[in-house]
Amino acid sequence: MAAGPPGPFTIRVQLFARYAELLGADHLDVVAEGPLTVGEVLSRVRAFPGGRTIGVGTLVAVNLRQAPLSAAVTRGDEVAILPPLAGG
Amino acid sequence: MGFLTRAPIGVAELVAAVSAPERGGVASFVGLVRDHHGGRPVRALEYTAYEPMAESICAEIVGEAEARWPVRIALRHRLGPLGIGDVAVGIAAAAGHRDEAFAACRYAIEELKRRVPIWKRETFADGTEEWVDPTRMAAANSEEREGMAPW
Repeated sequence: MAAGPPGPFTIRVQLFARYAELLGADHLDVVAEGPLTVGEVLSRVRAFPGGRTIGVGTLVAVNLRQAPLSAAVTRGDEVAILPPLAGG
Repeated sequence: MGFLTRAPIGVAELVAAVSAPERGGVASFVGLVRDHHGGRPVRALEYTAYEPMAESICAEIVGEAEARWPVRIALRHRLGPLGIGDVAVGIAAAAGHRDEAFAACRYAIEELKRRVPIWKRETFADGTEEWVDPTRMAAANSEEREGMAPW
């Protein structure tokens, strides 16, 4: 995905299930000065009230696919933090 | 695609959707809402999902199975509030012969449990509610070992 124009931008981070309850919101906005890694986005979310309950090894999706902590998050990406999956 | 549904899942419809004259074997898996979890009686539960990703990953899993075996697969997962005995997930895999049908059906349910972003909130008989965390339950609860191949 293109990095877009320079300057700060907002990353909308979606939360689900237990994480949405613990943080009291179904999404949070993280302000980025430039491209961040998934791990950096996760660190910022963990700094919100209640955020420490999110494990550092939790699953994160970028643009609907699981992404490693080292993956880049750029302007316009859809980020979601996924509690332990329990389908089926 | 509609892999997720808030309406009851009809297993016969899934089987019919993949049946064809050249497919002589249909294997199905039907996951029902259990009345207990971790030794505690369960009264009801609710499924939620990260829906666009869940749809996308379900499509990916079905595509993988259909590429790996000569099968056609139908898959549905229920969302919303469910009662004991309701069908939570249904999978039908049809192939020329049973080996491929069983293998593909097994693959689809195991990958669904491993990769699809769906969550389950259980209401216990005493009224308490809890998000199910299979990673926490796995060591203690032998039921969750059903994810391992039995052979």
